[in-house]
Amino acid sequence: MTRKQRRLTLIAIAGVVLVAAAGLVLYALSDRIVFFNSPSDIVDKQIPAGTRIRLGGLVVDGSLVKRDDGHVRFDVSDGRTSIAVSYQGLLPDLFREGQGVVAEGVIAPDLSFAADTVLAKHDERYMPPEVVEALKKAGRWQEGQGTVEGAAGAANGPPMPLQPGTQ
Amino acid sequence: MIAELGHFALVLALGLALVQSIVPFVGALRNDARLQAVASPAALTQFLFVGLAFAALVHAYVVSDFSLANVVENSHSAKPLLYKVTGVWSNHEGSMLLWVLILALFGALVAAFGANLPDRLKALVLAVQGWIAAAFLLFILTTSNPFLRLANPPLEGNDLNPVLQDIGLAIHPPLLYLGYVGCSISFAFAVAALIEGRIDAAWARWARPWTLAAWMFLTVGIAMGSYWAYYELGWGGFWFWDPVENASLMPWLAATALLHSAVVMEKRDALKIWTVLLAILAFSLSLIGTFLVRSGVLTSVHAFASDPTRGIFILCILVVFIGGALALFAFRAGTLAPGGVFAPISREGALVLNNIFLSAAAATVIVGTLYPLALEALTGTRISVGAPFFNLTFVPLVVPLLAIVPFGPMLAWKRGDLQAAAQRLMLAFGLTLGATIIGADFAGVGTTLPLLGVWLGLWLIAGAIAEIAFRVKLGLAPLDESWRRARGLPRSAYGTALAHAGVGVTVLGIVVATTWATEAIRTMRPGDTVELSGYAVTLNGFVDRTSPDYDETAVQFSVRKGGTIVAVLEPAKRRFATRQTETTEAGIRTFGFSQLYVSLGDIVDNAVTVRVFWKPLVTLIWLGAIVMAAGGLLSLSDRRLRVGAPKQAARRQMAAAE
Repeated sequence: MTRKQRRLTLIAIAGVVLVAAAGLVLYALSDRIVFFNSPSDIVDKQIPAGTRIRLGGLVVDGSLVKRDDGHVRFDVSDGRTSIAVSYQGLLPDLFREGQGVVAEGVIAPDLSFAADTVLAKHDERYMPPEVVEALKKAGRWQEGQGTVEGAAGAANGPPMPLQPGTQ
Repeated sequence: MIAELGHFALVLALGLALVQSIVPFVGALRNDARLQAVASPAALTQFLFVGLAFAALVHAYVVSDFSLANVVENSHSAKPLLYKVTGVWSNHEGSMLLWVLILALFGALVAAFGANLPDRLKALVLAVQGWIAAAFLLFILTTSNPFLRLANPPLEGNDLNPVLQDIGLAIHPPLLYLGYVGCSISFAFAVAALIEGRIDAAWARWARPWTLAAWMFLTVGIAMGSYWAYYELGWGGFWFWDPVENASLMPWLAATALLHSAVVMEKRDALKIWTVLLAILAFSLSLIGTFLVRSGVLTSVHAFASDPTRGIFILCILVVFIGGALALFAFRAGTLAPGGVFAPISREGALVLNNIFLSAAAATVIVGTLYPLALEALTGTRISVGAPFFNLTFVPLVVPLLAIVPFGPMLAWKRGDLQAAAQRLMLAFGLTLGATIIGADFAGVGTTLPLLGVWLGLWLIAGAIAEIAFRVKLGLAPLDESWRRARGLPRSAYGTALAHAGVGVTVLGIVVATTWATEAIRTMRPGDTVELSGYAVTLNGFVDRTSPDYDETAVQFSVRKGGTIVAVLEPAKRRFATRQTETTEAGIRTFGFSQLYVSLGDIVDNAVTVRVFWKPLVTLIWLGAIVMAAGGLLSLSDRRLRVGAPKQAARRQMAAAE
C-alpha cells in the first residue's frame, strides 16, 4: 500500500470516528444537559413537567420533613418563590435548613420537584454559585455575606470570594 | 526565620530556573557546549532550592507556626502529625509548591539520568523544563506565596477541612501531580525536538519511559481519588464525571494514546508528527486541568475557591505554553521527515485505531467539561453536563476500542493477518462468551448491555493471556520450549499484557458493581434489621467516643449471613469542633472482591437514617488500575526501555534484525 493510500485510509477511519463522536456529542448536548433554574424560574418560565433541571436556593427553615423509609421533603426558596422538593436518600452532611442547596431532578405537573441528587460540598462556608445567582436575581443577596441572613458559619474566617472572575 | 529562608530559597529557585531556561537554550542555538553544560547543574540546584522551600513550609506546619497565614488557614496544633504534614498540600498555595517541587524533581532526574542523551537535546529539554518552572515559580511568588506572615498571629489555627483529613487525600495529590507534571517531560522532549527540527526513533526511546512513568502515577492517582470519593463522601459511587475528575482523565487519555503511538514511532519510525502532537496535547491537558482546579472558574467539590488574579495568571501560562508549542508545531511539523509505510491491517494500524478512538473519547470529555464554562461565559446560561452526557458519548467510543485491544498484539508489524489473529483469539472468544452466558444463566439476568460489558472485561483479560500463550507457543511447542520462551520474553511484553488485563479487570468491576448493586434506605433504631442480598444488617446501638481532633457517634451494626455474624461495622458521624463541621465515615467490609457499604444520615432520638449498599466486585475497579500500573512498572523495568540504555537496545535490535 502506498503512502497516499495509507493516508487516505487513515483519514477515512479517523473521519468516521470523529463524525460518530461529533454526532454523539451533539445529540447528548441537545438531550442530556441540565439547565440551572431558580424556584422563580420554574413558575415564571412555565418549564414543562418532566424536564430535568438543577434547582438552587435556600432550604426554607422548618420545612424539612423526614419519613422512616428515607424519604425527605423540604422547600427551596429564592426569597420570592418556594418549591416543594421530595427526595429519596441520604442528605449530605452539610445540608441544613436556612442554607444553600442545589438539587437535581425533574419537575412534576403540580410544580413540585422530585430530586434524585442533592449536592454536597466540601466546606460549610461555601455557597454554591448557582444559589448566589438565584438569590441575586430575586434581589435577596447582600455582597460579602455568607447567606441572606448572614447566618453561615463564617465565624472561622472571612467569607470566601464566591464567584471569582465571572461577575 | 525558617519561613523567610524558605521564601528566599524559592526566590533563588526562580533565579536558577531563569538561568536554566536561557543559558542552555542560547547554548543549543549557538552549538556552544559550555553554555549547554549549564543545564544540568542549574536543574539540580533548582530542585535543591525548591526542596528547601518545601521543607521550610513542612517545618512551619509541623511546629504549628501560626505567624504564617497559610498555616493558620489550614492547620491546628492538636492535629495528628500526619495531617499536619499533609495539610501542606491540602490548600492552594501549598499544593502549587508541591507541583513545582515535583516539576523540579523531574528536571533533576533528567539532568541526573540523561547522560546518554545527545548534549544538545538534553540542553533543550532542560531549557523547556526551565521555562515551565520559571512560570510557575513566578506564579507562586506573585499570587500564591505560602510564606506570608501575619502581623498579629492568632494562638490557634483554623484547622484542616475535616473531609481532607484522610490518608487517601494525603497520598492522592502527590501521586496525581507526579502524573500531571511527569507529562511535562514528554512535552519538553517534543518542544526540544521541534526546535532541533529533527526527530527519529531514538527520540521515542528516550521520551517513552518518562511518559510511561507519568502515566503510571496518573493511573494510580486517579484510582486513588476515585476510591477516596467512594469511601469518604459516603454516596457509594466511584466516579461523578465531576469537572475536576475529568481534569485528570483528559491527560490520562492523551498519555495513554501517546504511549501507544510512541511504540509505533520507536519500532517502525512512523507516526512521528502525531506522536509529537500528542506529547504537546498531553501536557496541555495537564495544564488545563491545573487551570480548571486552581483558578476558581469551576464550582466543584474539589476546587479551592481562589481569587481571579490567579486564574488570569494561570490562563496566561496556559496560553503561552500551549499556544507557543502548537505554533512551533505548526511551523515545524512539515519539515519532519515522514516515516515508515504500513498496511491498515497491521500492528501499526491497530495502534492508530487505538489512538483515533482514545483521542475521540478525550475530545468528548473535553467538550463535556469545557462547554458549560464556555456557554456561561458567552451567554450567562448555567448548565450542568453530568453522567448522562458522558455515558452517551464516552462509553460508545470506548466499547469498540476495548473490543479491538486483544487483536493489536496478535498482528504483525507492517502487514498483519487478521484471519490468523482471529484464529488465535478464537479460544479466548469462545471461552469468555461461554462464561458470560453461563454466568448470566446462573445469576438469572437477561439484560443485554451489562452482559456485553461483562464479556468485554473477560475478553480483555483472556486476550492478554492468549497473547502471552501465543508468544510462548503454549500447547504448540513442547512445554520446556514454551517455558524457555516465556523466560526469554521481554518484560515489556508481560507489561503490555498485564496493563491490558488490568483494563479488563476495571471494566468488569465497573459493569458488575453498577449493574448488580443493591441498596436499601431505612430509618433504623437499635434492634432493627435490614436484609440485603443475603446479608442481614442489624443495628446494635450507638457508641459515643472522643478523640483529640473530634467527637464521634459510631453506630454499631452486626452483619449476619445464614445466621452467623460475619462482620461488625461501625460507621460514624464525626464532629470537628474547630471547624464546626460534621463528616460521615462509611462502614465498609470487603467480602472477596465485593463490599458491603453502610452510610449514615442524620441521627435523631435514637434513630438513624441508614443507607446500605451491596456492591458486587466493586474493588476490581481500583484493583484493575493497580494491575495497569503494575504493567507499566514492569515495562519500565525492561532493560531495553531503561533511560540510560538506548545504545544497548539499538545494538540488540540490530542483532535481532539479522
